[in-house]
Amino acid sequence: MTEVAQLSRPRRALTSGPVVIEARGVTKTFRIPDQRMDSLRERLGHPLTRVRYRDLRALRSISFDVHRGEFFGIVGRNGSGKSTLLKILASIYRADHGRIRMAGRLAPFIELGVGFNPELTSRENVVLNGVLMGLSRHEARRRLDAVLDFAELREFADLKLKNYSSGMMVRLAFAAMVEADADIMLIDEVLAVGDAAFAQKCLDVFRARRAAGRTIVLVTHDMATVQSFCDRAMLLHDGELRYLGDPEETALRYYRLNFGGHTGAGGGDLPDVNVRLIDAWLEDPAGRRVENVEQGEPIGLNVIFEARHDLISPVFGFHFLTADGVQVFGFNRSLTVAEGEPDVLRAGQRARISGTIENPLLPGRYHVSALISRNHNQGDLALHVLQLLDFVVYGTQPGPGSVAVRADVEASVEGS
Amino acid sequence: MTDEALQLREVRGPSALGGGWRRTLELLYIIAVNDFKRTYFGTVLGYLWSLVRPLLLFAVLLAVFTHLVRFASVHHYTVLLLLNLVLFGFFSETTGQATSSVVNQENVVRKTQFPRLVIPLAVVLMSLFNLAINLVVAFAFILGFGVAPAWTWLLLPVIVLALTIYTTAVAMILASLFPRFRDVGIIWSVLATALFYATPVIYPLQRVHGVIGRLIAANPLTPILELARRWVIDPHAPITGGLLHILVPAATYLAVCVLGVWIFAREAPRIAESL
Repeated sequence: MTEVAQLSRPRRALTSGPVVIEARGVTKTFRIPDQRMDSLRERLGHPLTRVRYRDLRALRSISFDVHRGEFFGIVGRNGSGKSTLLKILASIYRADHGRIRMAGRLAPFIELGVGFNPELTSRENVVLNGVLMGLSRHEARRRLDAVLDFAELREFADLKLKNYSSGMMVRLAFAAMVEADADIMLIDEVLAVGDAAFAQKCLDVFRARRAAGRTIVLVTHDMATVQSFCDRAMLLHDGELRYLGDPEETALRYYRLNFGGHTGAGGGDLPDVNVRLIDAWLEDPAGRRVENVEQGEPIGLNVIFEARHDLISPVFGFHFLTADGVQVFGFNRSLTVAEGEPDVLRAGQRARISGTIENPLLPGRYHVSALISRNHNQGDLALHVLQLLDFVVYGTQPGPGSVAVRADVEASVEGS
Repeated sequence: MTDEALQLREVRGPSALGGGWRRTLELLYIIAVNDFKRTYFGTVLGYLWSLVRPLLLFAVLLAVFTHLVRFASVHHYTVLLLLNLVLFGFFSETTGQATSSVVNQENVVRKTQFPRLVIPLAVVLMSLFNLAINLVVAFAFILGFGVAPAWTWLLLPVIVLALTIYTTAVAMILASLFPRFRDVGIIWSVLATALFYATPVIYPLQRVHGVIGRLIAANPLTPILELARRWVIDPHAPITGGLLHILVPAATYLAVCVLGVWIFAREAPRIAESL
């Protein structure tokens, strides 16, 4: 996503509204056989040996409320339990313990689909899906046109789905979900796929539905979306609820978790195996390298990374933080590639991120952190540089907080 | 959102049934119709095949069994065989297709909430439609071979009902166990073949004696075929045993049915996890 997180955006306080999703102590454990016993013979063959299971605790006593009209984010690394939670909310899995109550009609979008049958045409699938979502056959047929139009697939209406490209399939599924016009939408990772135009369309839908007071629960790795859309967000880690509340804080904690995971003992994949930082510097408006920036002067940012392995659909994220680690603003960039070219940074190739950034920062010390992720998937972290740059903004007009904004506000004596 | 929509309702996860009868029936219909369409998709004759296919199959069987195998002493053997094959074919095809039905619908099961029982039931529904067509063709042959119509033909729905209940129950058991134990598919394909010979389809029960005869008589499908023979083709056909041979199968159907519902209801919440 190339959506720039705004400096400050009006966060809506909707927690006073009626509760539409109420989860209390939701627990789910998957029993994974150590050696998968898929056949009866394996079982019958060892009648005396107990099948050994490993318990995967996917969710540990998760409790939360979602209020009507909220845009609620669920974030976490891969395997943190967020998709399991969504499936339990959507009644696809059953929770082992705990209680969930919900109000209103539900439209789930899970694993990039809504349950289409590849052997059927999109026309048949959309009608079937409508009935699955609780519409009558008549209603389902009536909304068929709207779905096909939204997905821009009208001319392919009678093509079997197995002949669709994956992008077309996702578009159709998303359209079907949106047009179901449900009270609550449960969405898992829709932004991770599709082209930029489709992603923009998704965001437009989110914006419109959010404005229309619909409740949306979004599972995502994309912190920019969390920061710019969510009213509240929840961070899951190893099946535990780590944080629930402010989306900015959720995003920050998510990034910290990712970083912590990489440096911790036995942390699996080493991030800098994938990407190496070559150089990073700041420039003044004249194009000279500078250590520090004058207040109000645009910041020229220049960073060069080198890929050690092919990076598919890399996303470069930058966060500007105060000396004590409070995020001030940030943005993400995908590679600019020509139409039809693959969105890939090949091994050995270098990526240069450069440009000027408006500088609202008040005098003080700041630093920039960088995150590179793969596959349009913010959870798939390739590199995290905590202290990419460290600089001072110098000037003579200090103020409260970290940024200066234009404020056309006037104080006058009333009635004079 | 209306105030009614704001009523919090308990979410209990996936189930065998539930979610409203209207929706269940609509789903049943739409899945069966889609399956039906898919069977004949891309064929030149299209839906005509559902009529032509049994006609051709019958022709083959007639050729084989009137020239090679003969139970000459059996009254109207040829059409009896036809009727038996139609009825047994319904059982074996339905159960065979139902076995993998839930797994075949994996996409839907893994992504949406709906009464899981709909899937095997849709298979039964589609098979019932085929059975109806097959029976029409079979009756054309029966009349053509000079069997006199009798008022007992009106009792045929009873036979179809009993057969459907038993078939559905077995289909439910197979469909719910298959996702967890894939062997079920293989075992059942063998078992269905064995059942074909353990049911008086190509031979009359009276020709088998001793323990094997009694075992075959205990097969729940046997009384269905025996009654069909007596009611449709030969009113003088002997019926093995007496009341006991009606009560025991009836009890078996009931037991299998209860077992089927129980197993399916037990497996339904977890089916999505084992796919």
